[in-house]
Amino acid sequence: MTRRERRALETERYRDWKGGYRSYDLVKEASIALGVVLALCVVLTILFSSPDEKPSTVQSWARTDPVDFVTTATTELDGSSATGGYGPPYNHASSGQHMGFIHLQKWLGVSHPVDTAKDFVLAPLQSITGQPTLQAAVTTYESAPAKQQTAWTSAYEKGLNKASANPNGSVSVPGSRYGPLPAMMSGLLSFAQAGGLDGALLTSKQFYQTDYTKPLLFMADGGVLADRAKAEHLVGNQWGMMNETGSYPGQVWLWLYTFWYQIKPFSTSANADILVITVMGVLSLALVLIPFIPGVRDIPRWIPLYRLIWRDHYRALAG
Amino acid sequence: MSVVEDRSWTGRLRLRAVGSLPPEKLLPDKQPTYVSSWIYVFGVLSLSCLAVIIGSGTILALKGPGWWHFTGVGHFFNSIHLWSVELFFFFMVVHLWGKYWMAAWRGGRARVWITGAFTFLVAIPCALTGYVSQQNFDAQWISTQAKDAMNSAGIGAFFNLLNFGQMYSYHVLLLPAAVVAIVVAHVLLVRKHGVVPPFELRELAAKAKEPAAATQSAEQETRA
Repeated sequence: MTRRERRALETERYRDWKGGYRSYDLVKEASIALGVVLALCVVLTILFSSPDEKPSTVQSWARTDPVDFVTTATTELDGSSATGGYGPPYNHASSGQHMGFIHLQKWLGVSHPVDTAKDFVLAPLQSITGQPTLQAAVTTYESAPAKQQTAWTSAYEKGLNKASANPNGSVSVPGSRYGPLPAMMSGLLSFAQAGGLDGALLTSKQFYQTDYTKPLLFMADGGVLADRAKAEHLVGNQWGMMNETGSYPGQVWLWLYTFWYQIKPFSTSANADILVITVMGVLSLALVLIPFIPGVRDIPRWIPLYRLIWRDHYRALAG
Repeated sequence: MSVVEDRSWTGRLRLRAVGSLPPEKLLPDKQPTYVSSWIYVFGVLSLSCLAVIIGSGTILALKGPGWWHFTGVGHFFNSIHLWSVELFFFFMVVHLWGKYWMAAWRGGRARVWITGAFTFLVAIPCALTGYVSQQNFDAQWISTQAKDAMNSAGIGAFFNLLNFGQMYSYHVLLLPAAVVAIVVAHVLLVRKHGVVPPFELRELAAKAKEPAAATQSAEQETRA
């Protein structure tokens, strides 16, 4: 008998149960299960509630850490921020991650265009009215050659390493030769501290807004989210986003996905995300196709835990 | 008259549906004797959690995404929603492991396993879109971290975790509908094929043959 014939025979043997039956109340069982689950949820809710940490805003960031805000805004202006050099789907600054010759990130293109200098700094500054000195500084910056702009931003970024926050919320940057940047960044900082930048980053062609791509990218480029995440054990080497603020279980079902980021080669690869996604894609497919994978489908036969599951049945047969 | 009806699309669909799932299979009042282990309750517990998830989620959706942040009742239902999701995944994973060790795909039940595994896989993005729709710090952090994986695979081009409106739509309609559809298919397949019978044990099979062999030899002796 061939292996295929043997399997077909086994399939037929297990297709229908020809042994005994006993009475069973499906609706009663489902009702009791629903009651038990509902009671469990209520008890867990009363005991533990659920987390709800207030979101960070650009305004709160600019007020609590103005040096980090200005530093981030300057990197957005010269395109050296994480978003500025991200690539698709935000811009063409790089080709993004790839696996061998497969460049899915590049192939799917720039679907959510973000010009960090224009969207995060210049356009919000231009929306501020009644400040001719500020608008003149913006005009000076925009009309300067690219080489001059880079010289200003590079010098300013170096100066920001020694910058300090003043009691009134402004930032003091030692040194000079920064061109219009001090005026521009001072204006942007004041605008952000007043709450105007939160709204400006959401501005689009329509009145109603639901897309927070720009403000979230801007805040993620700075330290505002990362600092809070570190304090809440949420950063990558703390098993990252599968955790949740507080002592809640979070998305524990993502443990295997998060696990790969903790080990080499994933933990040190520049293409870690696409590698992890690929591994998880293959494993997910394997999970679905277990009935057809020789070896994996035979493990339950080799390690007979089923004897425990059906011990009453086997005992009855033996008796 | 009935012949004409049976040839209609509706008639054929009804015949096929009733043929595959007669009422006694769809809502059985008896079950095989071997179904007597605690492991069998995790399937119905997972379904119960799904019912609580949908119920609490419906209440949250009726009041809008901001309600639970500033009312005690809203926060209560959000907590119910959270814990029912945690329990759903816990029960579902135990159910999956249990069915794996039973090799529950035997006897032409591969589609039962496949739909069960798909339920688990589709429930993951369903939960993720919930986490990023919370409008709190968790949502901010999780969305900005998870976007890189989505973008690296090109998924971010049409599934933007930073777009609250899009994620909310996925979370309250598209992905729950997918989960429920797959679960319905899974349950109907379970009802159609029945719970997988136990592995046959060689020693018990041999023992079962012994009385038959003894009877046969006794009959031969009588004839002689």
